[in-house]
Amino acid sequence: MMRVFAIAEIGSEELDPVSIELLNLANAIKGDGTSEAVVIGDDVSSYAEELAQHADRVWKVEDSELKNYNPELYVDVLLQLFSKEKPDVVLVANSSRGAEYAPVLAVKLNAPVVTDIVGLDVSNGVRATRYIFQGKLLVDVLVREAETYVFTVRQGVFKDECTVQGEIVDSGIKPSAEVKREFVGIVEPEAGEVDISQADVVVSVGRGIDDASNIELAEELAEVLGGVVAGSRPVIDSGWLPKDRQVGISGKTVKPKLYLALGISGAFQHIMGMKDSELIVAVNKDPEAPIFGVAQYGIVGDIFDVVPALIEKLREIKG
Amino acid sequence: MKIIVLAKHAADPESEIRVSADGKGVDEKGLVFDINDWDRYAIEEAIRIREQHGGEVIVVGVGYADDTLRKCLAMGADRAIKIPLDTGMDSYQTAKVVKEAIADESFDLILTGLMSQDHNNALVGTLLAGMLDIPFATAVTSISVEDGRVRAVRELEGGFGEENILPLPALLTIQSGINEPRYVSIMGIKRAKTKELREVSVDAGESMIQVDKVYIPPVEKAELIEGSPEEIAEKLIEILRDRGLI
Repeated sequence: MMRVFAIAEIGSEELDPVSIELLNLANAIKGDGTSEAVVIGDDVSSYAEELAQHADRVWKVEDSELKNYNPELYVDVLLQLFSKEKPDVVLVANSSRGAEYAPVLAVKLNAPVVTDIVGLDVSNGVRATRYIFQGKLLVDVLVREAETYVFTVRQGVFKDECTVQGEIVDSGIKPSAEVKREFVGIVEPEAGEVDISQADVVVSVGRGIDDASNIELAEELAEVLGGVVAGSRPVIDSGWLPKDRQVGISGKTVKPKLYLALGISGAFQHIMGMKDSELIVAVNKDPEAPIFGVAQYGIVGDIFDVVPALIEKLREIKG
Repeated sequence: MKIIVLAKHAADPESEIRVSADGKGVDEKGLVFDINDWDRYAIEEAIRIREQHGGEVIVVGVGYADDTLRKCLAMGADRAIKIPLDTGMDSYQTAKVVKEAIADESFDLILTGLMSQDHNNALVGTLLAGMLDIPFATAVTSISVEDGRVRAVRELEGGFGEENILPLPALLTIQSGINEPRYVSIMGIKRAKTKELREVSVDAGESMIQVDKVYIPPVEKAELIEGSPEEIAEKLIEILRDRGLI
């Protein structure tokens, strides 16, 4: 009988929706086994109740020392739990936290680990599906037979909900490890001149813009469209645009009326920050660019041909 | 400070990516290889720390890594270790052979890129930290070295950061954009030729995963707007007008 554990992800004062997605996956693969959530923090009762609607069992791990995330403590309490409650599969969100502690947990459990999965099949051996080359290809990997498997799961994939209504158990587990890494504090994002998340039109540039001097072209287009200029990670990393203009998981989420993606290939990290825009138009040289998978309209071509023509026509109209 | 940096010679995801004939890999034709972009930031960060605090930077590569190791030496690394094994997509195996290859090196800090630009596992660094049982932090966007410890800011979601202090030795995985990596100079390339590039043989051990199938994601593609740049502009303006955006 398979026991599938899902480690809940707590956002700022609320349960991150990915926690339910982990349980959706757990319920889908458990067969006649159980889906079991683990929730870690200093006060987790309300989260546990929410999770119990989607899990056969919810394990509470509560302690004041667990108020702030620390990967060493997460691994510590999970190892204590798993030494008594043997998991077959452990599901962790592929978040900034989950992606950090899950591999170390796997090492300590002597378990194989596959990250950022978008598919999991346990019917005949264990087969996980994930993207490679920044979303350009998918790979199915067969995982070596083991007692326990660890997976980090991509957010937004396992949406099919299943209501279970399980029990809540206080694990009684307390942190026992001497922590080496010390949490200092959260660093707030710097506020910039414009808030790109409030704009109706976002002209967003990616690696295809080639050089800092070409940002001007995007600015001209943004001006005639009454919008703002934003960018994907490589543009921000190169210092061509300030950090507060970054669209993506680690930057801002935008939902404008028009999102114009210029030379952006469309890594998942970027797509999560703009996929809910009302209209997405993408211009990219590469017809296989993943951005065309979320855009309603695509232009396969050179931004340096298309954008100047577009600016000119728009100026003609506006007089 | 003795700093070990892991550097991968990896295919650029912006080059031509095609599935290989056997359906279990990527066609090498059309691929452009270079130092993994995240590792470029890691090696730069290591060199900067050494320039400030003294010490040594040792770069380690697995598989065919010669060009990338030489590039790191040209940027300013002191010596290189090459592990001539093809561990493919198996990060566990990669971490394991690195652990063995550096067993005789005492170190203060290990820096790795957050992930590789080809397989995107983001695993080798964290697995290695787990195997070595040392404190670690991922997606680091700023480092300052203090007496016997490092202060590191990690990248979280939504533009937030998380500051931590870690005692040395520690392992940090580096997020892109942490610095502005230097270009390789002619002098650097000359100097690199005199630097040590040592090959070590270690046992590959068992693999954790096996690639079953590589394929193109099935996606519903955008409606394409075609024509000359002027025609495209006109068609696009019509779409925007229909939606009241102009």
